[in-house]
Amino acid sequence: MNGRVGTGTKEQEDRRLRMVDRTMRMYGNEPHALIETLHTIQESYGYIDTDLMRFISERLGVPLSKVYGVATFYHFFTLKPQGEHTCVVCTGTACYITGAKSIIDKIEKQYEIRPGETTSDNKLSLLTARCLGACGLAPAVVFDGVVAGKQDPKSVNDTLGRWFEK
Amino acid sequence: MNYEELLEIAKIENEKKAQFVHTIHVCVAAGCISCGSQELLDTFKREIEKRGIENWCNVKGVGCLGLCTAGPLVSVEPDGIIYKAVKASDIHDVMDALGGEPVKRILCPSDMSFFKKQQKIVLENFGKIDPEKIGEYIASEGYQSLYTALREMSPSMVIDQIVKSGLRGRGGGGYPTGLKWTTVMKAYGTQKYVICNADEGDPGAFMDRSVLESDPHRVLEGMAIAGYAVGADKAFIYVRAEYPLAIKRLRKAIAQAEHIGVLGRGIFNTPFNFDIKLRLGAGAFVCGEETALISSIEGNRGMPRPRPPYPAEYGLWGCPTLINNVETFANIPAILRNGSQWYSSFGTEKSKGTKVFALAGRINNTGLIEVAMGTTLREIIFDIGGGVPEGSKFKAIQTGGPSGGCITEEFLDQPVDYESLARLGSIMGSGGMIVMDGTSCMVDVAKFFVEFCMTESCGKCIPCRDGSAQMHYLLEKISRGHGTTNDIHLLEKLCELIKNTSLCGLGMTMPNPVISTMHYFREEYLAHVHDKICPAGACNIKGGRK
Repeated sequence: MNGRVGTGTKEQEDRRLRMVDRTMRMYGNEPHALIETLHTIQESYGYIDTDLMRFISERLGVPLSKVYGVATFYHFFTLKPQGEHTCVVCTGTACYITGAKSIIDKIEKQYEIRPGETTSDNKLSLLTARCLGACGLAPAVVFDGVVAGKQDPKSVNDTLGRWFEK
Repeated sequence: MNYEELLEIAKIENEKKAQFVHTIHVCVAAGCISCGSQELLDTFKREIEKRGIENWCNVKGVGCLGLCTAGPLVSVEPDGIIYKAVKASDIHDVMDALGGEPVKRILCPSDMSFFKKQQKIVLENFGKIDPEKIGEYIASEGYQSLYTALREMSPSMVIDQIVKSGLRGRGGGGYPTGLKWTTVMKAYGTQKYVICNADEGDPGAFMDRSVLESDPHRVLEGMAIAGYAVGADKAFIYVRAEYPLAIKRLRKAIAQAEHIGVLGRGIFNTPFNFDIKLRLGAGAFVCGEETALISSIEGNRGMPRPRPPYPAEYGLWGCPTLINNVETFANIPAILRNGSQWYSSFGTEKSKGTKVFALAGRINNTGLIEVAMGTTLREIIFDIGGGVPEGSKFKAIQTGGPSGGCITEEFLDQPVDYESLARLGSIMGSGGMIVMDGTSCMVDVAKFFVEFCMTESCGKCIPCRDGSAQMHYLLEKISRGHGTTNDIHLLEKLCELIKNTSLCGLGMTMPNPVISTMHYFREEYLAHVHDKICPAGACNIKGGRK
């Protein structure tokens, strides 16, 4: 594996790689550890890098094509690095019925990005989720990992605006 | 661990509880946490310390209190007072009111039909015990059913109880649980597995999440009993990665259970070993299908395979495997504790027991409820759910998620059980119920579900992969006002085709939302096609009236 993975310093890099390594060892480097390993990569790097896919493919004895196939099959994994902030709009049924669409429309218009995209200044990534299970508080939006319930286009725009002020 | 030690833990826990005159319960399930209940809990702790009343007043985090819309919820026990939408500024008044008149402005009337009309079996510990403490679960008779099963019953006696209870799979299929257990028990193989399906992919459903967050030990106990009955010593819980809190609490619960010896090797000094591991899902709806789920645990893409052979005979790594839903397992301890007769006294002739539902959408009391099977939809929506918000009118209720259908007002007096819902063109599903009012366009709703299934289709069989895309294309065309009468006929034919020829449940049930909306709301489809208008004003029709 060559050295260029992620953007962290050497020290961070080692720590993150050790986490990945540990997950694989925990499952005895068996092929069925693939999904768990991808989870660890996603968690520590924020996305799944091609070099890392190559690395775990060799270690687990799984063809690279299969690693890629699995990583792209599941929606939870992403192969693109995220922006500085992430905004996940839940588009489950309850949130859809109570107005998630208007929230997405507003963000699309305001920041000129579509779900899955990141603004050109790398500040904001807009994502959608298929139901967070926070239906009691629909529509729900996750700002940098923190769930906020009963949102509307204005409240979401205000929160995002604060990120851009700084 | 032996029985005396188990009772000792319960005794210590109960004594601890008895020492407090008042215990303040703060809901720490995901819904209330996102309204700030964790901070509230810390503030309560500080306030109790400040007032120096630690000797007679306690505060603890508990599982879901149910009424998620009014979070954060706080209850004061044993007084039975429930407060809603509690803010840090209310804490002073709540503390002052201990033992006296409750604080009126945040009081939730406890005789509200939301609380009164429910029948709690799976949710019996909700709002009462701290989900992160095994002692509290044991104090409410936890792990006693496991003890009884291991020490006093043979595997076939356990299965006999489950068969007699009439429990059916709570994941949506409604397959008799006892029958499934019998098949796995009889299956040939030295290694067998138990899998708990916690991949709650239905948008609009959060029952499993709440059960795992509020009472995780209950599920572990149910799984261990199942393992004993079918002869399995290894188990997996396949849980959605989107539920971080549920995962955290499950990990903690498993560690605690292993620590005191109710999981692991030689449980209760018997030769029975049971080991539970977690596996995280990665956001694929199709993994709720049992063969796809197995494939995912094995580290592959979650693609289903034709059945038979069923997992009961040929499952995880080719071994006989028992797969049940979270709620099914959560029913088991209560059935063994109280007997199958007690359990089958709830419900209807063919659907026994209770069912947990998640109420959401355009309804006043959104949240988590548990009712006896056979309760009518009207009772659920208007009595327990408090009806639709003022100013809007009930239009339809959607049950069963993307595999279910919409039910209109005229059928609301039907009892909720597996058969009645199927007769109405919907399904019980896992228990998500979404209420819609006049602002929802049924063509748009159907399109929403088809789009969901289109992106979630695993791509293995053609009817589902391509059929969903074609259905979506037709619905998109209709909702934009470009549809023709022919498109409606085509859509109908396509629904039949996909239903009859798909490989797994995802494809077979995918047309349900379209079929049921076309059946009950045909005039809305026709309005889009002939008059080029969207009566609900939800679709964006260019050139047409709105």
